[in-house]
Amino acid sequence: MHETTYEPVFTGDRKKQLDQLLPRFPTKRAALLPALWMVQQARGWISDHAMAEVAEVLGLTPAYVKGVVTFYTMYHQHPVGKHFVQVCTTTPCNLCGAEGVVKAFLEHTGCKELGATSPDGKYTVIEVECLGACGFPTPVMIGDDFIENVTPEGVPELLRKYQ
Amino acid sequence: MGYPHQPHLKETVVLSQYFGDAEARTYDGWVKRGGYQALEKALAMEPAQVIEIVKQSGLRGRGGAGFPAGVKWSFMPKEKKKPHYLCCNADESEPGTFKDREIMRWTPHGLIEGCAIAQYAIQAEVTYIYVRGEFTEPLRIMEGALAEAYRHGVLGPNAMGTGKRLDMYLHRGAGAYICGEETALMSSIEGRRGNPRIRPPFPAAYGVFGMPTTINNVETLASVPHIINRGGAWYKSLSLSHPKSTGTKLFSVCGNVKRPGNYEVTMGFPLGELIDELCGGVPDGRTLKACIPGGSSVPILNREESESCKLDYEGCVEQGTMLGSGGLIVFDDSADMVYQIMRLARFYAHESCAQCTQCREGTAWTVRILQRILAGQGEAKDLDLLLDLSEQMTGKTICVLSDSCAAPVVSGIKKFRGEFEAYINGTRRPRPVLVHA
Ligand SMILES: Cc1cc2nc3c(=O)[nH]c(=O)nc-3n(C[C@H](O)[C@H](O)[C@H](O)COP(=O)(O)O)c2cc1C
Ligand code: FES
Repeated sequence: MHETTYEPVFTGDRKKQLDQLLPRFPTKRAALLPALWMVQQARGWISDHAMAEVAEVLGLTPAYVKGVVTFYTMYHQHPVGKHFVQVCTTTPCNLCGAEGVVKAFLEHTGCKELGATSPDGKYTVIEVECLGACGFPTPVMIGDDFIENVTPEGVPELLRKYQ
Repeated sequence: MGYPHQPHLKETVVLSQYFGDAEARTYDGWVKRGGYQALEKALAMEPAQVIEIVKQSGLRGRGGAGFPAGVKWSFMPKEKKKPHYLCCNADESEPGTFKDREIMRWTPHGLIEGCAIAQYAIQAEVTYIYVRGEFTEPLRIMEGALAEAYRHGVLGPNAMGTGKRLDMYLHRGAGAYICGEETALMSSIEGRRGNPRIRPPFPAAYGVFGMPTTINNVETLASVPHIINRGGAWYKSLSLSHPKSTGTKLFSVCGNVKRPGNYEVTMGFPLGELIDELCGGVPDGRTLKACIPGGSSVPILNREESESCKLDYEGCVEQGTMLGSGGLIVFDDSADMVYQIMRLARFYAHESCAQCTQCREGTAWTVRILQRILAGQGEAKDLDLLLDLSEQMTGKTICVLSDSCAAPVVSGIKKFRGEFEAYINGTRRPRPVLVHA
């Protein structure tokens, strides 16, 4: 997927930031994951145009970059809602009622189904695999925020902070 | 953010001593608590001497496989002809495991110190700390601590004033369980898809960027400063059962328990006591049904096995399972084993890197069969089909993700067959999967 007009990401400070990363590795290719994170932080998602730009900057091919982007689930290949909500439902959390938390998020955000964005463009809700915080059921990520011990009853209050 | 519990009297608090103590996170606070003395001590020794102490301590890898850390370090070339690397595995994604996160949140300098000592011992100039992408808070804390360590000259071109170069960089993952597998982790650092590689060559000969590399788990490396400070013999003396399992271990207890959390106990501690006394047992009115002691990738124990299991490498093997990462998942009698095993299989299907046919097809097929059984459309022969399929998925692939999917399925069918049969013969109401894969 790509946008109609494209402004390069790696100009000015961001280019400098990337250049500072390069000496950490013996190859330029190794800066690919950090570069993709920079794109996502700047634009919210990684378009085909952005992949081509990253390829150009790091001396790789666009196809190679796409191959890497598609491997890692945290890179968005499409625009997502303003608040990207990820609820863990893997076994340890599932035992503690995580599916109830997912249902509460779907209900209170207006998202019709998992992975779909709410009509107001504010939320996208997905299930995620183990977030590495199984002792704090249910952990939820909203954007970059990591929230522990979320219950279905606590969802409306929580969402008020993410408008 | 807070740390939920005061240590129980039966815990042996070494790694978790400063969990919950915000001051210990800062460089000054860490130094005030005796931090960086072990590094200073180690840097005054020969690398081989450091390795010898770690060998003597009996410290074994806490990431899952339990390989002796000192022995692993000694595989690195003695005579350095190429750059050497250390990778710290902070990908922590094994369901049930959440101890490395706590180490990074509360004692970031302890981890940096452990990495620096290991790095010196294996003669590496660079350590990459590979942190899973979702750990935004640990990443922020580690980033701050690394900046402090550089500012105070702990790291850098003249580390601790010794003239030696010690550099340490964070590398953020992007959502892939498989990148916790050591060779996949190296692929990922190199900017590739996180595909595991065939061994040999082993990382000590041909690791990240084709150079000699050692990979250790966060908890393994965080244990090292304590060993250097207090000696290999002290660490070795921490053992309640089998002499080849030494030291303390953080157990991440989760699922159906009253007080989930990280509990640090001496190797060999009884599993039953951990659940009943330290964690307050299963919720009121419930009884224990099953446990998975080592993160989701190891065989399930039934109640009797759980109650007689000693938590160390050998004790778990005696009960037919493994200590793994120390992620202890507790199931009470309300748990639907068929549903939960399906949910685990779905995890592996989602996380397969899809290189090997047995894994790519096998994990997805396992999920489909289990969902069919849950929907009330299973047939008697499905259980044998699952067992046969699991056998095809075991010991045949580049890494053990496929085996990990088979472990709970095979042990689950063996120990809770009645629950599967109840769905198949219609005595249990179908439970359609609410949320789709
Ligand atoms: C599929 C898979 C996932 C793994 N995930 C992790 C992980 O998240 N963290 C970790 O430390 N080890 C993980 N391991 C184990 C590593 O391959 C490796 O054995 C370990 O990091 C070595 O460190 P240690 O000797 O200190 O335990 C995983 C292994 C496999 C097969
Ligand atoms: S299972 Fe939910 S965080 Fe691990």
